[in-house]
Amino acid sequence: MTNRISQKLQEDKKLLSIYFTAGYPSLSDTVNVIEGLEKNGVDMIEIGLPFSDPLADGPTIQESSTKALKNGMTTEVLFDQLKDIRKTVSIPLIIMGYFNPMLQYGVEAFCQKCQEIGIDGLIIPDLPVDVYNEEYKTIFEEHGLVNVFLITPQTSDERIRFIDSVSSGFIYMVSSASVTGAKSGFGDEQTHYFDRIAAMKLKNPQIVGFGISNNETFTAATEKAKGAIIGSAFIKHLTAFGADKFDNFVNNIR
Amino acid sequence: MSYNADSRGYYGEFGGAFIPEMLYPNCEELRQNYVQVMQEDSFKKEFQQLLKDYVGRPTPLYFAERLSNKYNTKIYLKREDLCHTGAHKVNNTIGQILMAKRLGKNRIIAETGAGQHGVATATVCALMGIECVVYMGEIDIQRQAPNVARMKMLGAEVRPAKSGSRTLKDATNEAIRDWINNPVDTHYIIGSVVGPHPYPDMVARFQSVISEEIKWQLKEKEGKENPDYVVACVGGGSNAAGAYYHFLDNPDVGIIAVEAAGKGIDSGESAATSALGKVGIIHGSKTLLMQTADGQITEPYSISAGLDYPGVGPMHAHLFKSGRGEFISITDADAMQAGLELSKLEGIIPAIESSHAFAILETRKFEADDVVIINLSGRGDKDLNTYIDYFKL
Repeated sequence: MTNRISQKLQEDKKLLSIYFTAGYPSLSDTVNVIEGLEKNGVDMIEIGLPFSDPLADGPTIQESSTKALKNGMTTEVLFDQLKDIRKTVSIPLIIMGYFNPMLQYGVEAFCQKCQEIGIDGLIIPDLPVDVYNEEYKTIFEEHGLVNVFLITPQTSDERIRFIDSVSSGFIYMVSSASVTGAKSGFGDEQTHYFDRIAAMKLKNPQIVGFGISNNETFTAATEKAKGAIIGSAFIKHLTAFGADKFDNFVNNIR
Repeated sequence: MSYNADSRGYYGEFGGAFIPEMLYPNCEELRQNYVQVMQEDSFKKEFQQLLKDYVGRPTPLYFAERLSNKYNTKIYLKREDLCHTGAHKVNNTIGQILMAKRLGKNRIIAETGAGQHGVATATVCALMGIECVVYMGEIDIQRQAPNVARMKMLGAEVRPAKSGSRTLKDATNEAIRDWINNPVDTHYIIGSVVGPHPYPDMVARFQSVISEEIKWQLKEKEGKENPDYVVACVGGGSNAAGAYYHFLDNPDVGIIAVEAAGKGIDSGESAATSALGKVGIIHGSKTLLMQTADGQITEPYSISAGLDYPGVGPMHAHLFKSGRGEFISITDADAMQAGLELSKLEGIIPAIESSHAFAILETRKFEADDVVIINLSGRGDKDLNTYIDYFKL
């Protein structure tokens, strides 16, 4: 079976992907949020598995993670909440989380569970590409999971080529040297970076994340790239409006 | 078996660099340069000169006669408490500020728990005229007001870490985030042998001056370079790494690591990572750490702010797992008594961190002719309020 992510990437449109923290704002909101986002035309969802010490995230996502953990979210609970998700949802689903909780669950068991549920891929910011390549790639592939790597404006061409060679879905282009939610809008540095990556003609499409919060930044990010990911801005929306009104948020993006 | 880091920063199964891609260029720049820079003659000269004239090295190796008589063995104290700023921490900050200068950085960030590493970092930044930002948990800022004031006097900006549990681990997270946001001009001075490669190895090398001195000092006093035991307290483990460094590969030298049991290993309020930790990832390093079954990092406890880190440096995780090191945990109560005893017997008031190392003498028996070195990592001035409260002085 072809992975849902690969199929989605072949569609002739710019993809909108949304990140949210599982178990936020309430423990039982996870499935509602996923179903609501799909209904409103979102193309792909990153389900955040909360972690106590999310190094790459700014205050918005960290606070949502802290809240989700307080609400009782765990790896077990998340898998349980998602067990029937494929009965109602057909867009690609990716779990995004830090490596330690996966390590404690057991990497193979984690991948096995993802496959059973119908998760299509993983984004693990603190699992380096070389460690993945040597120790875990086979396990991920055996369970049909796409592992997505990040690149930044500071990543060298040589390393981008290596990451491209190891990747099998898309490349997550971090728009600036920052944690999540730190900046909004793009400057000359980003334009130059977007041009540089486009010119490299990588085998994997690129989806831009960090710093995207509205139609203007979505359009700018997807001028060259295949799609864009919104995280902190959506968490703020959840905080303000709860987990059942997404049409105004999604419609403002594109 | 080697007990030092391999070229990829692993100590056995522990170590490595589990970092987000945003940090890769920062760590890679350091990794590619640190060994070479440290081996340059001009670097060595400047480092050694500052250790001598500014820090006050070599620190004495002192034969503690009354303590030795009481415990019927030969105890030497390595007097890191006599370093400028009051602890071994400055050995590392001097080294790293020189490294930062060589790499062309003009801004320094650091994390601090009790404030000792923050003060040592602010000190060297003042010395070099470099901008300094220290991240400190909001709760620690309240608990450690004198050290906050010292950092400010030294010209550093102290930024409260308001996320998570608002203590050392969160200050570390905030410092890492700052480094992600400022990858080009900023160097992050980590205060212990923790964090992603090359930090554990680099910090251990800077602190290795401790065991380098012990060797020649012991030769002068005992006619032999190698003691029977080296004892040090371990939080993250930088003073211990420095005290063990030149003895790691000599099996005749026993290595004893003393962790903080807090209110007792099974009390739920402890920082004894080797006893309570499991393998995991913290701050970019694969090591032993205290965590829930679900892999969330938990908050440790010790009366000593310098020992309440939920992880331990990967070198120490390897010493524990391989059996090379003997790990002992000491409760708050026993550490406080040992601190009082050292004060009364030797006229030295130790930092509560170091008091943990002395507390093993009550239970861990040595032979009369054993030479036991205890690394006295810091002085007790900063802990006076804790001693006052505890003993109702």
